Amino acid sequence: MARVVVDVMLKPEILDPQGQAVQRALPRLGFEGVSDVRQGKRFELEVDGPVDDAALARIHELAESFLANTVIEDFTVKVEEMVGEEK
Amino acid sequence: MTARIGVVTFPGSLDDRDTQRAIRLAGAEPVALWHKDKDLKQVDAVVLPGGFSYGDYLRAGAISRFSPVMESVIEQAKSGMPVLGICNGFQILTEAHLLPGAMLGNNHLHFICRDQKLRVENADTAWTADYTAGQEIHIPLKNMDGRYVADEHTLDELEAEGRVVFRYVDFNPNGSLRDIAGITNAAGNVVGLMPHPEHAVEPLIGSGRTDGLPFFTSILKKLVNA
Repeated sequence: MARVVVDVMLKPEILDPQGQAVQRALPRLGFEGVSDVRQGKRFELEVDGPVDDAALARIHELAESFLANTVIEDFTVKVEEMVGEEK
Repeated sequence: MTARIGVVTFPGSLDDRDTQRAIRLAGAEPVALWHKDKDLKQVDAVVLPGGFSYGDYLRAGAISRFSPVMESVIEQAKSGMPVLGICNGFQILTEAHLLPGAMLGNNHLHFICRDQKLRVENADTAWTADYTAGQEIHIPLKNMDGRYVADEHTLDELEAEGRVVFRYVDFNPNGSLRDIAGITNAAGNVVGLMPHPEHAVEPLIGSGRTDGLPFFTSILKKLVNA
């Protein structure tokens, strides 16, 4: 078993009002010096079997066609950890 | 003979019955379609209604876009069948890449519900032929994710090809780029918009205007005369 993490973020040019609302709340909470906040999504996929190149390619395809909308979002795919398996 | 117009019900659709009613008032025959069923029952056109299909999980329209019925809708739309997406239906059409761009949360982060003034920019599509270009209409708008975005190149292309079908007038309710309320594909058979024409078809209801009815009479005339 392995965990593959897909991080999805709005493209830099896309306005993120949620991130802005978070950023504007920070001074009230006593946090100074944060000039920008952008909010994204993180998907943790528990994958059965080995995460080889073929499996990663499929996850990449899944991220590109479903988890992210590439019209407005960028994504990254990374293998986070191997669980219960000698590697 | 009249036209048969399908209305898809997804889990979380809200306006499917109102849309069926609007189709009936215009003189066409509404046909209920089910999200799990690939069979389009030989309808002549399809409306994807408003609502919150699949709870807007992931992104509005992102999961509905992969439902069995959408396989058939996408295939038929590409071969010319008229398709109208209203609100959540518009979001599904952009997720399915039948229309360019994407829908995001309103820039003010609030749900909005109001009578919205629109300008009809393109009266040549399958769904807008009963309007005149430049006509101003009032139609209810109610949504959370109504902010239309696309890259500059796509926006320029839409403008140059006359594919911006509706624009918000006086007030941009959601931060949509270039005040875009609705667009069409290059062929003009697929149209999507955020406001709800099916809620403006009877004088007794809502604002008392029937500014939304021409959507449904437009498509009826097109199909019957075809």
